[in-house]
Amino acid sequence: MRIPCPLCGERALEEFTYLGDATVKRPAAEETDPKAWYDFVYLRDNPRGPHRELWHHLHGCRAWLEVERDTLTHEVFDSRLARERGTEAK
Amino acid sequence: MRYSALKILKEGLTGNRGWKPVWREPEPRAEYDVVIVGAGGHGLATAHYLSKEFGVTNVAVLEKGWIGSGNVGRNTTIIRSNYMLPGNEPFYEFSLQLWEGLEQDLNYNAMVSQRGILNLYHSDPQRDAFARRGNAMRLAGADAVLLDQAGVREMCPFLDFDNARFPIKGGLWQPRGGTVRHDAVAWGYARAADSRGVDIIQNCEVTGFDIENGVCRGVETSRGRIRAKKVAVCVAGSSGRLMEKAGIRLPIESHVLQAFISEGLKPVIPGVVTFGAGHFYVNQSDKGGLVFGGDPDGYNSYAQRGGLPVVEDVCEGGMAIMPMIGRARLLRMWGGIMDMSMDGSPFIDRTPVDGLYFNGGWCYGGFKATPASGFCYAHLIAKDEPHPTAAAYRLDRFRHGAMIDEKGVGAQPNLH
Repeated sequence: MRIPCPLCGERALEEFTYLGDATVKRPAAEETDPKAWYDFVYLRDNPRGPHRELWHHLHGCRAWLEVERDTLTHEVFDSRLARERGTEAK
Repeated sequence: MRYSALKILKEGLTGNRGWKPVWREPEPRAEYDVVIVGAGGHGLATAHYLSKEFGVTNVAVLEKGWIGSGNVGRNTTIIRSNYMLPGNEPFYEFSLQLWEGLEQDLNYNAMVSQRGILNLYHSDPQRDAFARRGNAMRLAGADAVLLDQAGVREMCPFLDFDNARFPIKGGLWQPRGGTVRHDAVAWGYARAADSRGVDIIQNCEVTGFDIENGVCRGVETSRGRIRAKKVAVCVAGSSGRLMEKAGIRLPIESHVLQAFISEGLKPVIPGVVTFGAGHFYVNQSDKGGLVFGGDPDGYNSYAQRGGLPVVEDVCEGGMAIMPMIGRARLLRMWGGIMDMSMDGSPFIDRTPVDGLYFNGGWCYGGFKATPASGFCYAHLIAKDEPHPTAAAYRLDRFRHGAMIDEKGVGAQPNLH
């Protein structure tokens, strides 16, 4: 598996670390409903197929990426800087 | 048909023509008391204990492929009960005790071999942690021995004791740990359950649940609708995909874990050796192959195959601690899909849907748990209350802060 980094080009998997599902949304800081936090921290769709996920180009440019990848075939469809998609890395 | 030495002798002398298939291939009936989804080790064990211990025999086990085609055929065959936390250790010790009586219980040779498991330590703090774990194990009735370097050297003289980064200072030894012939576990449970009237139905994929007003009344399958008073899901690896059809999201991600086997060698490794600091563990199969593995690949996957970086990492770990492994050639490698839960511990519980039960989240530790998982799941299904040793495996434990996190890494499945 190779992941295209928008800054560095296509790079080997060893350069990246994985965080997880990029579609879960962190609730607002003032959110007091435990269910919203429970959903965010613990529950996942865990799809077999296309999956949007956060990768860190740790041993490269250290950018956080949002990658769309197929969890069944490991094909990578798309990769962008996480900040450009408005997704915050934790 | 019971197996015995006399029977083997008689068949050997008469051309082995008297053996019969050990389970039937029945057509699914329209209704059962209990339908178990998934005929892997855990599903078949559940059927066995339901029919034997709890008197529930009107049971079907549905399997989309062939029995034992998932993780019970893909693991590295290790059994052990070297956990620490109160929610885990009594359960795994119960499982080890069931392993010890398994072959007599099933009248089936599963090649249970208690040759011991050794966890290596490399520093004073790690020794303290292992001493604590060993004490926790003994408090739960398990066995544990803390070895110093000389003790490990006597057992495994081939290890690299003076490794520059991870010099071996000793190990935590569980003599009752060991290995089991994994496929025979699935076959033995299938045969035992079948002999009491359980229908094992292969090539029958569950495509949906029949849920009316919050009550599960059966399943939709590729071979038609099957009604059931209780439906018990047991499909670790694919739990998310299946439970989604019942409208339930899980605290689980599916990840791939690889395993490896070398060509057959003469006996060199006495038991199971684990090198946690370097992500490597190894044992030797009865045929002589070195069975080894390491960490999961670390990203969501349903591919049943992993990537080369982890192959390199595992082999480096092996070379670091056991340089002689470099002389062996790798024969095969494969991957299995695991339910990685948010705290590294499993679930055996009811669900928000009445009549629908869930067993999953076994991470990379499902094989050793097979007997207790089946027993406790059967207990839950038959009595509608959890078995005492599995009482902590609640599906909603994260909601109440009652996670069972052996490693203490938090809600990050790829790190457990």
